[in-house]
This record gives sequence, structure tokens and C-alpha cells, in this order.
Amino acid sequence: MAQMTMRDAINAALHLEMARDPRVIVLGEDVSGGAGGTSGNREASGGIFGVTKGLWPLYGDERVIDTPISESAIVGAAAGAALAGLRPVAELMFADFVGVCMDQIFNQAAKFRYMFGGKSSCPVVIRAAMGAGMNMGAQHSQTIYPFITAVPGIKVVVPSNAYDAKGLMLQALRDDDPVMFFEHKALYPRKGEVPDGDYTIPFGEAALVREGEHVTVVALARMVPFAEKAIDLLAKEGITCDLIDPRTTSPLDEETILESVENTGRLVVVDESPPRCSVASDIAGIVASKGFHALKAPIVQVTAPHAPVPFARELERAYVPGPQKIETAIRQVLKD
Amino acid sequence: MATAPASSAPHAPLAREQLLRAYRTMKTIREFEERLHVEIQTGEIPGFTHLYAGQEAVAVGVCEHLSDRDYIVSTHRGHGHCLAKGCDVQGMMYEIYGRAAGLCKGKGGSMHIADVTKGMLGANAIVGGGPPLAVGAAIACRNRKDGTVSVAFGGDGSANQGTVFEAMNMAVVLKVPALFVFENNGYSEHTGADYAVGSKDIAGRARGFGMPAEKCDGSDFFAVYEAFGRLCAHARAGGGPATLEPVITRYYGHFEGDPQLYRAKDEVKRLRETMDCLKKFRARVEGEGWLKASDLDPIDEQVLAQIDVAVKSARSAPPAPESEVTTDVYATY
Ligand SMILES: Cc1ncc(C[n+]2csc(CCOP(=O)(O)OP(=O)(O)O)c2C)c(N)n1
Ligand SMILES: [Mg+2]
Repeated sequence: MAQMTMRDAINAALHLEMARDPRVIVLGEDVSGGAGGTSGNREASGGIFGVTKGLWPLYGDERVIDTPISESAIVGAAAGAALAGLRPVAELMFADFVGVCMDQIFNQAAKFRYMFGGKSSCPVVIRAAMGAGMNMGAQHSQTIYPFITAVPGIKVVVPSNAYDAKGLMLQALRDDDPVMFFEHKALYPRKGEVPDGDYTIPFGEAALVREGEHVTVVALARMVPFAEKAIDLLAKEGITCDLIDPRTTSPLDEETILESVENTGRLVVVDESPPRCSVASDIAGIVASKGFHALKAPIVQVTAPHAPVPFARELERAYVPGPQKIETAIRQVLKD
Repeated sequence: MATAPASSAPHAPLAREQLLRAYRTMKTIREFEERLHVEIQTGEIPGFTHLYAGQEAVAVGVCEHLSDRDYIVSTHRGHGHCLAKGCDVQGMMYEIYGRAAGLCKGKGGSMHIADVTKGMLGANAIVGGGPPLAVGAAIACRNRKDGTVSVAFGGDGSANQGTVFEAMNMAVVLKVPALFVFENNGYSEHTGADYAVGSKDIAGRARGFGMPAEKCDGSDFFAVYEAFGRLCAHARAGGGPATLEPVITRYYGHFEGDPQLYRAKDEVKRLRETMDCLKKFRARVEGEGWLKASDLDPIDEQVLAQIDVAVKSARSAPPAPESEVTTDVYATY
């Protein structure tokens, strides 16, 4: 066990699997960096967020591929290589760039298995950094997992900590389906205990981060540490909560959420995305239709507003749900 | 030194006022960026800033041919394009600091500065996001039949994006007055253009799409001005799109904070000596006797003072109120 950042944990998973499985390749912009540069340093980058560091020196151009700025070709080539027997990891850098290559994700990779009558699979992992918190503006800060969660045929991972990120990445790399792996930028430096060796975390199994009696809180990615803060604060007043981190939004562990709501009767869902057609509204909808009898109060959703992510520090801070808003929501669901 | 004539010599390619304005704009861009480079270290400027220092002659050489009625679309490295197209220095500085008085109320930031009243349709944080927009603006220009044009600025890296290929082909098909300017500064992020641009020849690609294209020294204002002038005249006359590939360098990293491990140690130092557009401009205009040092020195001082005021005002200006988070999402609700 070692203390490790989420960045390093994902990097460790990539290292483990590339050593174990020669079919794994990595491709994307500056995953190594320095190609065509004047310094001669062929690992001048290791990924803009440093997640693919150390791979090129071990595996070279054949398995660690720096690409031009061509997202459709990056994701498409990864999907094609997957059909042809490789296990590619495509890095999209910022999740917002999904906008450039959506066809290759949702019309191509996600649908092959079904359209081909179940006779082939497309085991591609698409990695993308998401989220607000660094004042990168409307085109570099979005949490777009709801769009992908809505697409049948592709799995969606939204880790909140280093331990989960490593186990989920190893699972993604071995999974026979296309997986979109969203890494929250603000969580990259978040440290946690991570075992050295090989382990996987199955998809569709939520983590119970806190156990309590009064309220069920479901939170995703960066909202998990924020919810922990709010919950730990309220615990001092004797208000206790279940905190559930679904870890994957597709498949979604409905059972764990519904069971918890059976016990608490109250639900707060926390999601960094805007509210409409969000994972928050999806979970609220599932609980309203399958767990209605258990509810003692209206479900409270804590989300970003229905607006793009603003640039200015003060505006972005107001935009992103934080511990305070979560605390208020928990108090509200208890009052109702 | 011979006594210089009172007005520019007859063979000057631009009128005296234009030469002075071009120099002032290039100098403004340079000092704007040099000052940001310093101010960013204080941590007061939010986000992610990509500086244009070194490339000034491209923005200015191009925009000297444009009026407010012509359009440009820009990139993540957009400050130079914005200033050259007439965006307000103070308004931009406010925006970069995320202030309410910014050109976009602090909602956009460095990568999204825009002023549609100046024909500046926005910097853009999506590489390759701009060229399709420029084709659309060029359709509007064509239909207005007023000889206006639309210019898409982009980098060498953007030349590899599918949206750019689509835009270039469509511009040829529709024969619209769209001009593509690919500033080849040798790098896209941490990757060299010689690696990522397969043919190593962006102008040649443009010709492959069926439009005229030229390559020029992007550090030579006059080279850019003349080459773009020819292409722009072609587009204004209804000849359809064209492409310019100015070869240029950037003085700083991809973004502020980039350690630039992909660059040879003395590369920037050498290029600052041999490819500096301001030095080249001064040498040319003073050498030809078009302008004197005494015409230009006061501009340097004025520009520095203006930038200083802009920074000081921006530092102390208030942000937009939180209620602004949910305004401007739609025109009507
Ligand atoms: C669609 C998309 N892909 C990737 C990026 C990340 N990115 C920002 S700038 C850049 C390099 C652009 O290179 P170039 O077009 O040469 O412009 P320069 O930075 O040299 O001005 C990249 C890859 C992005 N912003 N948008
Ligand atoms: Mg470039």
C-alpha cells in the first residue's frame, strides 16, 4: 500500500496492463510528446495531465502513439483497432472534445456489438479529463458524462479517488465493451491508499463511502469529497448519512441506492452537471419510480445550474456545487 | 544618417499613418503579452493563458487589410488577433482577469474573448472550431455582395483537424470569400509540426483543396501584409477562398507554465534575435527612411503606459455578481 494521487493511480494501472497484455496500446495528443521537437526529448509530455508518463520509454512508438490534433481519427482509430484485436486506450485530453468526435463514440464504437448481432466486441477505453474548478472556461470544464451515459452500448466510469481509479481502470482495460473513463481534473492530485498490485473493481458496484441512518446521499466524482465534508460536519450534530458513490453511471448500481433509501427514506443526489437529463435526474427518476413507497420527503437534487461553466473565479465558484450547498440540501430533505 | 523626408517615401507599401498604426498594434500585442507573462506568476489571473508573443506580425499584417465589417475567428492563442481586429485593450484585460467590465463580463476569459461589433467572432478553445464558423460568415459576406471577407486564424496543429478540412473544401465548393491563415509556429502543444503535419506543407494542402495558397515569413510584417493582400484581393473580387501559411515562432510555452521540454535549450533565445517582428519592422522602416526612430520611440512609451493602466485597473476591478452565472444562456426565456 502506498499513498498515491489519482493521477499516479491511473498511470499505475496503465503500466500494469501494458506489461501484462501486449494488445494494449495508448494513443492521443502528446501522450508522449516531443515528436518533431528540437530538444530530442521524446517524452516531453507524458500526457498533458501526466497520466501516460513513462509508457513511451518502455513501449515506444508501436504502442504509445502521439497523434495529430484529430479527435475523430483518434477515437475512430482506437475503435477500429479494437475490432481488429487490439485493446486501445484513446486519450481525449479534455472531455469537452467529445464534441469533435461524438460520431465515433456513439454511432460507431458503442453500437458495433449490437449491430453485428453480438458477434464482435469493441474493447476500447476512451479517457478524458473533465470538470470545473480550474477556471478553464465553458469549453474546457464540462462534466459531460450524462450524454454518454444515455447511450446504450458504452460503459461510463467516474472515479472519485485513487484507489477506485486504479481498480476501475484495470477493469476498463479488461472489459470487452467500450468504456468512457472520465477523470476529474481537480481530483488528479487527490491522494489515497492504493495497493501496489493488480486488482479490479467491477462495474455497476457502488461504494458505500459513509454509513448513516437519516439521509441517503448519492454523489459522483468530485462531488464525493465535497459530500464527505458536508456529511462529516453534520455528523457532529447527530445527523448521519449513507454516502453512495456509484463509481460507474453505466451500468448503474440501482440496488445499493434503493436499499439505502429503504432505510433512510430521504435522498439527496449531487451531480456537477447541469440539471436537465442529468445523472442526478436519472437517479431521482429511478428512485421515484422504484422506491417511491420508501420516500418520506421529496428528493433533493444538487447540481450546477442550467448554464455553461463561467470563467471568472467567483462565478465558477458559485456555479459548482460545493460542501455548503450539499449541507443545505441535507438539512432541507430532513425538514420536508 | 540622411535627413528623412517629412512624410513616408513614395515607395513605402503603406501610408505613414498605416505604418505607425501597424507598429503601435504590434507593440501593443507584444507588451500586452509580456506583461501577462509577468502578471500570471502572481496567481491573480484565473485559468489557462496562451501567449501570442512573437507572432504579432501575422495578426497585424492580416488585420491591416480588414475593416470592422470583415470577420475573423480566432483560437486559444487569440489575444493578438483580438487586439489587431480592434478589441479594446482595457476590455480585454478585464476579461482576462475575469472582471464584470470585461468584453464578455468575465464569463469567457482569455480563450473566449469576442467583440462581434468589431467583426471579431471569438477566440476559441476548441482547435478547429473556428474555420467552419468562418465559412458561414463568408456566406454572409458573399450574400451581402459588399466585398467583405471572413478570416479564420489557426495554428499548424489545427490544420490536422477534420473540421478544418471540411471547412476548406466547403469554402471552395461554395466559392465564398473565406481566408484561412495557418500560423505555423512549429508546434502544437508539445509536438512538432514536422511530425504532425504529414506533408509538412500546409499551403500545399490548401492547393490540394483547390484554392490559391502562399507561404511567407511570419516575422516580417511586410511579407505577411503583401501576401495576405494578394489573397484577400482575390477573395474580395469573388475569386473564392485562399490560404496563407506564415512561418513563425512563439516566444513562450504552449500555455503559461509549460516547461517546454520539447524545445532545444537556446531555441527561443536565438529566434528572439533572428525572428523578432518588431526589430525587423524597425530595421526596415528606419533603413528605408519611411519612419524615424523618433516616430516610434514615443509609441513604445505610450503603449507601456496604456498596458500598465489596463493591468492596474483590472487588478482592482470587481467581478460580475453571482447572479450573472445564469444570465445570457438564452436570448429569450
Ligand atoms: C479539439 C481540441 N483538441 C485539442 C485541444 C488541446 N489543444 C489546445 S491548443 C493545442 C495545440 C494547437 O496547436 P496549433 O494549432 O499549432 O496552435 P498553437 O498553439 O501553436 O498556436 C491543443 C492540442 C483543444 N483545445 N481542442
Ligand atoms: Mg502551432
